[in-house]
Amino acid sequence: MTGEITFGQYFSGSSVLHRADPRVKLITSFWLIVVIFVCRNFFSLGVVALSALISALVSRVPAKMILKSLKPIVIILIFTAVLNIFYSKGGETYFEWWKICITEKGVNTAIFTMIRIISLVVISSILTYTTTPTALTDGLERVLSPLKVFKIKVHTLAMMMTLALRFIPTLIREIERIMNAQKARGADLETGGIVQRAKALVPIFIPLMVSSFRRAYELALAMTCRCYTGGEGRTRMKQMKISFRDIMLILYCAAATAGIIILNIFFGAVI
Amino acid sequence: MKEKLIEFNNVSFAYEADEEAPSEKKEALSGVSLDIFKGEFLAVLGHNGSGKSTLAKLCNAIFEPTQGTVSVKGIIPDTEEKADEVRRTVGMVFQNPDNQIVATIVEDDVAFGPENLGIEPKEIRRRVDEALKAVNMYDLRHREPHKLSGGQKQRVAIAGVIAMQTECIIFDEPTAMLDPKGREEVMQTIIRLNKELGITIVLITHFMDEAVQADRIAVMNKGRIIMQGTPREVFSQEEKLSECGLDLPQSTELCRRLGIKDTVLNVRECVEKITSMLGGAV
Repeated sequence: MTGEITFGQYFSGSSVLHRADPRVKLITSFWLIVVIFVCRNFFSLGVVALSALISALVSRVPAKMILKSLKPIVIILIFTAVLNIFYSKGGETYFEWWKICITEKGVNTAIFTMIRIISLVVISSILTYTTTPTALTDGLERVLSPLKVFKIKVHTLAMMMTLALRFIPTLIREIERIMNAQKARGADLETGGIVQRAKALVPIFIPLMVSSFRRAYELALAMTCRCYTGGEGRTRMKQMKISFRDIMLILYCAAATAGIIILNIFFGAVI
Repeated sequence: MKEKLIEFNNVSFAYEADEEAPSEKKEALSGVSLDIFKGEFLAVLGHNGSGKSTLAKLCNAIFEPTQGTVSVKGIIPDTEEKADEVRRTVGMVFQNPDNQIVATIVEDDVAFGPENLGIEPKEIRRRVDEALKAVNMYDLRHREPHKLSGGQKQRVAIAGVIAMQTECIIFDEPTAMLDPKGREEVMQTIIRLNKELGITIVLITHFMDEAVQADRIAVMNKGRIIMQGTPREVFSQEEKLSECGLDLPQSTELCRRLGIKDTVLNVRECVEKITSMLGGAV
């Protein structure tokens, strides 16, 4: 079980997107996601959808993996589509029966929202497919560092995220160990109703909590011994450098945004 | 005269009393005086609860003595700044390798200490590569720590301290949670650090066969140092050792039982003695 754990959903590769600076990837992904909500018609939305498609192709992440990331949102997609079809009214009426009436506007809004959500998920999952969690937290720390002005402890938050990532496999192994130990003492974890099973988990989680606190204490000691005193005065071994491809990414986003605004103006709004 | 690096001057230490039983304030160390010299390999030997781990934690200002003083290169860590200075001189490797690795990638973890010291990125890179080579983990530098064996993880932790270029490293039972292979790897690394890089080593252990490899041994029992000396001096006093529940190293024990008078320390010496006893007919 533990052998196969990979952090997050990183898909290793060496595409342009894999090699791009994590800060730039974070910013451009966020940028495109914001832009999705600026789009007012199918032409401008097409630019975003196309960008998502292009980045999926460039990243060389198999289509299967990207479809997999869409799987959890299928229900949300269907739900919003159905709601939109019936609730937005306007334009030509396609179908009418009793109180149910499907109009041109309803269909458009439904399709529009679906493309929006799909693009959003595809863009964000490409970010996580092409960036290791370590690079992601590092990038996040640096992108958010201006927030220090508001006394937000960005470094501490990033350190907590790193430590959480680091200890996920360790704690999973620990759970397995405790479960086996309790099973050996005759604990029944597999049968019974929900309540009974939940109760059976108590003797697993209490030892887990206790040992986690002990680990936390030891880790804190070890960090103190290695002269950790917080983010102040720290340097980093791995420096991040903005390269040509990063500038291209930013320029692409700028161009796409300009195109979307122009298309918004030239063609009428759908929603 | 050799230069003193760490100096224990009549040190006592007691853990915070239990709230339920305040009268049972337990003294973990009582009146310990010990000098640790620059460049030496000192083993601190003792049974569980003998106070040897407490001694280790006093060396780099994790604990503050309740009585007496501990000074490192003449610095008494009574303020947070001085404690930090002491920790730049004396590094520490703990028992559980899992609980001292911070990063999700081996080389990032080794870089953690130097990063905290605010060293230039290029210099950190150089130190990290050097440290990883010193513990033979350079080829695995891009691995995730949870995919390594116990011995490998412990070597990563050691590299993390080497990269800080501390003059002294305290090992608090570094092999207690390892299998024999990992134990061997770690012991060889420790000896190499001492002999090749000249790092002062303090090894806290309860394994006799590890203590034998040190230059000097301090034996602890019930919070006191009861014996100090070279391995040969210490292991020739069998009665005193058994009084505090310690055995002899296997080779020493074997020769003792065979009636060989000299104190034998390792397998090689043991073989030599037995061969000569049998008249060299092997």
